[in-house]
Amino acid sequence: MKIAIKLAYRNLLGAGLRTWLNVVVLSFTFVVIIWMKGIMVGWDYQAKTDTSNWQIGGGQYWHQQYDPFDPFTFSESHAQIPETFNENIANGDLEPSLIVAGNIYPQGRMQSIAIIGINPKQNVLLLPTQKLDTFINAIPAIIGLSTAKNLKLKKGDFTTIRWRDSKGMFDASEICIVDLFSCNVPAVEAGKIYIPLAVLQKMTGMENEATILTFRKNKMDQQKVDDWVLKTNEDLTKSIDEMIKTKTFGQSVFYGILLLLSMLAIYDTQVLSIFRRQKEIGTYIALGYTRTQVIGLFTVEGAMYSILAALVSAVYGIPFLMWQAKVGWTLPVDASEFGMAMAQTLYPVYSALLVISTVLFVVLITTVVSYWPSRKIGKMNPTEALRGKIQ
Amino acid sequence: MENHSIIQIQNLTKIFPMGKSDFTALNNVTLAFQQGEFAGLIGPSGSGKTTLLNIIGSLDTPTKGTVEILGHSIGNLSAKQAANLRKEKLGFIFQSYNLLAVHTVYENVEFPLLLLKLNATLRKKMILEALEWVGLTDKVDSKPPQLSGGECQRVAIARAMVKKPVMVLADEPTANLDAANSHHILQTMLKLNQELKTTFLFATHDEKVINYLKRRIYLIDGKIDKDILVDH
Repeated sequence: MKIAIKLAYRNLLGAGLRTWLNVVVLSFTFVVIIWMKGIMVGWDYQAKTDTSNWQIGGGQYWHQQYDPFDPFTFSESHAQIPETFNENIANGDLEPSLIVAGNIYPQGRMQSIAIIGINPKQNVLLLPTQKLDTFINAIPAIIGLSTAKNLKLKKGDFTTIRWRDSKGMFDASEICIVDLFSCNVPAVEAGKIYIPLAVLQKMTGMENEATILTFRKNKMDQQKVDDWVLKTNEDLTKSIDEMIKTKTFGQSVFYGILLLLSMLAIYDTQVLSIFRRQKEIGTYIALGYTRTQVIGLFTVEGAMYSILAALVSAVYGIPFLMWQAKVGWTLPVDASEFGMAMAQTLYPVYSALLVISTVLFVVLITTVVSYWPSRKIGKMNPTEALRGKIQ
Repeated sequence: MENHSIIQIQNLTKIFPMGKSDFTALNNVTLAFQQGEFAGLIGPSGSGKTTLLNIIGSLDTPTKGTVEILGHSIGNLSAKQAANLRKEKLGFIFQSYNLLAVHTVYENVEFPLLLLKLNATLRKKMILEALEWVGLTDKVDSKPPQLSGGECQRVAIARAMVKKPVMVLADEPTANLDAANSHHILQTMLKLNQELKTTFLFATHDEKVINYLKRRIYLIDGKIDKDILVDH
């Protein structure tokens, strides 16, 4: 093997431009695959972090009737906040939210909306709820930028909301948009308005009641409580993992094509090499190699393209990947319209495992692709190979 | 006499399938060679000389008969055993040199020693010695495309001789060389034959080579026509 590596290295360097063309194409594949995988890991990390910071904190207790995808459950999904949580709430480690289905009437149009009551002094989530802690002659409310765009509302606008109280009776009041916030998590802002919890509890006659209890990360014993379902951070971010997994599969088709093109180049080179170097193959055999050893030599030569490519990638790839990790990749279109937790600028995250596994994967594929045409050597007649007579 | 033979060929026949018919390249050949011979298989194209050389070099196998090289029966050797025989005991020189084009002269001559897994110091000593024999010590870093045909063939001789094989098989070694280079090459080989007692076996129809041979075996249509010892 040592001799094969030595010979393969000499043969590759001796082949000059042909070698470097393959190496550059393959190195491009390395860098693109690592970058794209890094983007996905970075997106996964960013989506989970943003979701935790803006929506779910360290985890949540949901009222057992609550289904975020079915607004008709909202009227039933509220209950008294268990006394066992009083201390956590007093400490600010647990924040109750009440969710009520309602309508909003911007410029006289009616649109369905979820009205969320939240403590203005909370700091478990990044929502700018302190803006709700104000005195005006309407209910103070905050909404996300995309919701504001859809409803054609801006900061300082007054509009009307309507809701049902605990007894099913309709009531309405005027709200004032005191602030707009920007957030990468669509579920936090899409079709939602946030008003002070105490106000909503009073409006609906649901004193001291909540739909969701959000706790601060690493600050709660995750105990089981009757009528409330514990949702850990992992449970609530599982859908992000699944979404990223789906996107990763789609993306792997792209780099599969890229890898295929590189492998075609290697395969072509190997086929051409075996055809053009018949005399050399015959000479190796005449000088004491077995055909299997010659196959090994050609396979090592092919595999060595990927090793050289990894080295070449390191030269320009490391600075590029580091620069990308710093400045990120800004999406050319508005990410808020994608309907998923996605920042406008994605920052790739690379791990040693990601880099090593990518390199090993490409080396393995290259080795297999190099071996495949080399098997032809096993059927070569050395006396004909020596004269370069095989067609 | 037979006890000292390094090659013993008994009733060797080699048949190649040619479409639906067969072509008999060697027909019932019986021969023996002693250590230190400077012999040649002489004949026109298609007479079977290269086929016989290939079988003696364990690159091909007999259809019938037996060929024993240094006690090894060629027909019974596995691919690995045959490779080991070539690696350790045999040297090859080809008509078109068959040098590794992207390797330097030094690396070309080094190749058989790499296969023998000799250490770098010993390899270097042996390579320089072999290049000294053929007068190419000033070309160690050149690559074959930078050399003349005569120089390339001298590199091939150095490569064949570097491991001091028992026997060198040379297939038309002067076919691509002019007269001056041919004589130079042949004198080098003759000198190595005399100094190292290496057996040289040629396949040739070149008069220049024939004149140097001490034993001339004429082949016609796969059969031995004449086997002549020449007293120079």
